[in-house]
Amino acid sequence: MAGRYKSDLNWSDVTPKAMWLNRRQLLAGAAGTLALGTIANPVDAALGAAKTDYGAGLEPNTFEEITTYNNFYEFGTDKGDPARHAHKLTTSPWEVVIDGMVDKPGTYSFDDLMKGVSLEERIYRFRCVERWSMVIPWVGFELADLLNRVGVQPSAKYVAFETAFREDEMPGVRTPIIEWPYREGLRMDEAMHPLTILATGLYDEPMPNQNGAPIRVVVPWKYGYKSIKSIVRITLTDTQPPTAWNLYAPKEYGFYSNVNPNRDHPRWSQKFERRVGGGLFAKQTETLMFNGYEEDVAGLYSGMDLIKHH
Amino acid sequence: MIVAQRINRVLVRIPPWAIYVVSVFPPVWLFWQGMTGGLGVEPIKALEHRMGELALQLLILTLAVRPLYEWTRINLMKLRRAFGVVTFFYVVFHMLVWLVLDVGILSEIWADIVKRPYITVGMASLVLLVPLAITSNNLSLRKLGPRRWKRLHQLTYLATFLGALHFVMLSKGFQLEPYIYLGLVIFLLALRIKLPKRRPRPSPQRSSAS
Repeated sequence: MAGRYKSDLNWSDVTPKAMWLNRRQLLAGAAGTLALGTIANPVDAALGAAKTDYGAGLEPNTFEEITTYNNFYEFGTDKGDPARHAHKLTTSPWEVVIDGMVDKPGTYSFDDLMKGVSLEERIYRFRCVERWSMVIPWVGFELADLLNRVGVQPSAKYVAFETAFREDEMPGVRTPIIEWPYREGLRMDEAMHPLTILATGLYDEPMPNQNGAPIRVVVPWKYGYKSIKSIVRITLTDTQPPTAWNLYAPKEYGFYSNVNPNRDHPRWSQKFERRVGGGLFAKQTETLMFNGYEEDVAGLYSGMDLIKHH
Repeated sequence: MIVAQRINRVLVRIPPWAIYVVSVFPPVWLFWQGMTGGLGVEPIKALEHRMGELALQLLILTLAVRPLYEWTRINLMKLRRAFGVVTFFYVVFHMLVWLVLDVGILSEIWADIVKRPYITVGMASLVLLVPLAITSNNLSLRKLGPRRWKRLHQLTYLATFLGALHFVMLSKGFQLEPYIYLGLVIFLLALRIKLPKRRPRPSPQRSSAS
């Protein structure tokens, strides 16, 4: 169901495709000796996603920025590791197990998931807990669409997600950086919110592996790690599911993890962020409550102490 | 030890000023790379991390000079002071990248120093290196006398430990690299501990028998 959400963003704010394509060709040419993952592959399969009004006034980061600066610890902790190693991930065939409190549990192939789905483009802000940010033109569909298709039972209160765990394809999982597999979760109303999407691409192309191919969650008002990548399992449950970073350090990473400039990470302030791509002299800018989506999502948390339930 | 002698014959020809000259290149090169895209799309963090890492590596090299001599007879003693002084400037550059390019907001800088333990620890390490850098010259050595000078310069041990700790404290998730550095530092520091010579303790059986 495209276009349920209204915002004041403009399609004209997106970097013209010709411009970033040009950049990619340059990169692809230079990548003869460099293994730059999927960037080097001349995949030009346009997804033809419907344009929407998301992201007016925002200028998206370039394809290069979005695909070379990633946190995807399954492929290593360096920001460049995912771009270097994620090409090893087999994304086709891909299956997602949907289980728990649903009417139609089962193993769904990627094609099953995409059946009858109309893809749309959404330009969202992306704020990492590490104080950097981007603007990304995702392609995807609302998570609610899938959940409604599989039939959420009334007893379900949360949605739990799990990332693929493949020792032979993911060099990072040899180190117990966190407890693998990577897990995340959302409260039902958060999962059903029209801003929450399952993304299968960006810049109108299939999702690059380093960005969470073939299918990932994007929750734009939460810190980036809530937007779980390369999903293999979706479980509907009545209890708050364990989540990877929360298990590692509960004081630093709460279950909700809403972007909140008033609640510092114990080791650093969250008042400011820096847009990736501004070069060596880029200045920090103020972080917005709920990453700028306050009007849309504040209602989900009315009456809640957002410092305690960080 | 013939190999060591050969190496030393080369080393003895390297004047300390050459270390200072060479040491200018890595930061300048990295800064240039940062300005021209060579450090990726987020050059500030990249420059900050590379400089911090270089400084820590140099601190470890400085601490390794003596054990290297004791074990292999390879003699870097003459260059050790230069290593130390260069380390100090790298640490300062690392701190300036953080202060000016990364944070850049005065109130935030101070808040970070007092509120964020990993920054407090890093700053403490830098502060400890200041008197060492100031007294890294022959005049200071004469004025202080070798004993006091040596004792003052043992602050290096604490500064290096804090530097490695700073790295461990700022990492997200369990990562090996910072612990490898910390392990190396602890090993090099442990070598400095002079264990008191163990006196053979008479065993109770023997003492009762005698």
